[in-house]
Amino acid sequence: MNQRVPSKGTPIASWRRLAANRMFLVACLAATLLAVLVLSALLISILVDGWSSLHWDFLNSFASRKPEKAGIKAALFGSLWVVATCTVLAVPMGIGTALYLEEFAKKSRLTRFIQLNITNLSGVPSIVYGIIGLTAFTRLFGMIGANDAWSIGSEESFFYLRLPFGPSVLTAALTLMLVVLPVVIVASQEALRAVPKSLREGSLAMGATTWQTIWRTTLPAASPTILTGVILAISRAIGEAAPILVIGGALLIFQTPTNLMSDFTVLPLQIFNWAGRPQAGFHSIAAAAILVQLVLLLIFNGTAVAIRLRLQKPLQ
Amino acid sequence: MTPVEQSTLAQVTQRGRIVTRASREGAERVVRGALFLCALFSVLTTIAIIAVLAKEALTFFTLPNHPEISVWQFVFGTEWTPLLGAKPGFGVLPLISGTFLVTGIAACVALPVGLITAIYLSEFAPQWLRTPLKAVLELLAGVPTVVYGFFALTFITPDILQRVSRWVTGEEVFGTYNALSAGIAVGIMILPIVCSLGEDALRAVPRALRDGSAALGGTKFDTSIRVVVPAALSGIVAAFLLAITRAVGETMIVALAAGSLPTLTANPAAQVQTMTGYMVQIFLGDAPAGGVEYQSAYAVAAMLFLLTLSLAWIGGMVLRRFREEYD
Repeated sequence: MNQRVPSKGTPIASWRRLAANRMFLVACLAATLLAVLVLSALLISILVDGWSSLHWDFLNSFASRKPEKAGIKAALFGSLWVVATCTVLAVPMGIGTALYLEEFAKKSRLTRFIQLNITNLSGVPSIVYGIIGLTAFTRLFGMIGANDAWSIGSEESFFYLRLPFGPSVLTAALTLMLVVLPVVIVASQEALRAVPKSLREGSLAMGATTWQTIWRTTLPAASPTILTGVILAISRAIGEAAPILVIGGALLIFQTPTNLMSDFTVLPLQIFNWAGRPQAGFHSIAAAAILVQLVLLLIFNGTAVAIRLRLQKPLQ
Repeated sequence: MTPVEQSTLAQVTQRGRIVTRASREGAERVVRGALFLCALFSVLTTIAIIAVLAKEALTFFTLPNHPEISVWQFVFGTEWTPLLGAKPGFGVLPLISGTFLVTGIAACVALPVGLITAIYLSEFAPQWLRTPLKAVLELLAGVPTVVYGFFALTFITPDILQRVSRWVTGEEVFGTYNALSAGIAVGIMILPIVCSLGEDALRAVPRALRDGSAALGGTKFDTSIRVVVPAALSGIVAAFLLAITRAVGETMIVALAAGSLPTLTANPAAQVQTMTGYMVQIFLGDAPAGGVEYQSAYAVAAMLFLLTLSLAWIGGMVLRRFREEYD
């Protein structure tokens, strides 16, 4: 072969390079196909297992020791209560942090430290957050003993609050807030960063203060992206089982929550409980509960996509 | 005269309240303070995590009726038998080996497949294929981990592993619980992370580098493997490390599919227990609160926290140290 080759690098005949190119494309398609295949296998196997158990009574009855009588009413309502409370707590806190870091903070050591800290928090396993939730919220660091517990309202009233919180809806919501907060913060920061500087400058040039600029210009411009990020974070919260398990979500509950202090269970925990039992009957209802969970998630993600398509206008 | 000039001060004040400068600046300071408190909350969270884990782990190491427990024996001990009653062993290595075994299997599944998919998405895939493919990956990313655990337990083990092993060797190699099925499921779980972060890293490589390679006669494969991937290497490694951090901390999959027998083994067909799996076992109520088994869960949690923190730290260092800047 009288091919001239640069001093470094190996000479490779062009047909071999073209063959490598083609083979790599085949590998790509195989890898891609694998992802699609896995998703289909997952959905089909769960549909096969769970479809027969999925009926109205299943949605509308409480847990039971007999799989054919058990239902997910308590878990479904528990999940909705916990996620709604978690959203109310996590969203202002997350967006507030993002606003401070992006719009107010100067590039100081403290700012860099807070930023690094948030990055590190997003890598903490959710079960560790569960342990913190157990200590900080369920038991309030042991500061208040069982004897001098403090409360407002009676156990039936909708505003009932007690300290320490115990294994309650509020504890779960606070714990899940810790889990999703880094996600909400990072998503909001990215959304704020994507707002063109000229919009802010225009508002400031009109004499608005920093906060007026944020409230009337920056936030409205960033809100569709923030909303998408928030919904994705919340859909992560709705699928978490490990932290709920640690803070003491109950397994056999025969009522839906009535206030923030109610005992509760959530869908992922119920699924875990049923899936861990050896009997096939329980596996079938676990699969049915998974189907409900997946429908719930599809509604969430579908909303996120719809918002993205509907509200996102190019700003540049 | 233009309409603006016609409006008097009275008309302006009718439309909007005139706010004095002092009150505007006061409000500004209040808002700024409130937002700063929000930002401070994340620091408080970190302090709480470190304080709680340190205190409870310290309690475990200084339990009065268990003088045999020491940090040395905990970190390097090879016997994890906390529920054995009379003579419990607290050497965390079996749990760590279980965690690493599951994570290693997951990495073998997710890293190559994820990287190839990321390269395909960034360099090769036509637009009409990109959109549905990304949707599939987003769906996989949204599936709760407990669902993957169920999938591992009721599909991967009986329908794939047991069937294939019966067909190949003619005997039952895999039990109901094994490290391989959990590892594969964890791999599926972290696959979307590798794909999307890897793709971001690849896309950030400027077009000029690709054009240069193509102008020198490189095929698309040459360009991707010899130019784009090396240029994006720091981002790809950071994506790998983040995915591995997730795998180490994954709880529900291993709690369902890996079993509950701490074993110091590298055999993927064996039943293993991971650090997270042990914590689930304890907090589900197998052990009374305040006892030695219960406290040991905190020591394991502290270990897990340190492990994930150092992985995140290495990831950040790789990103900073080896980033290639192209402008």
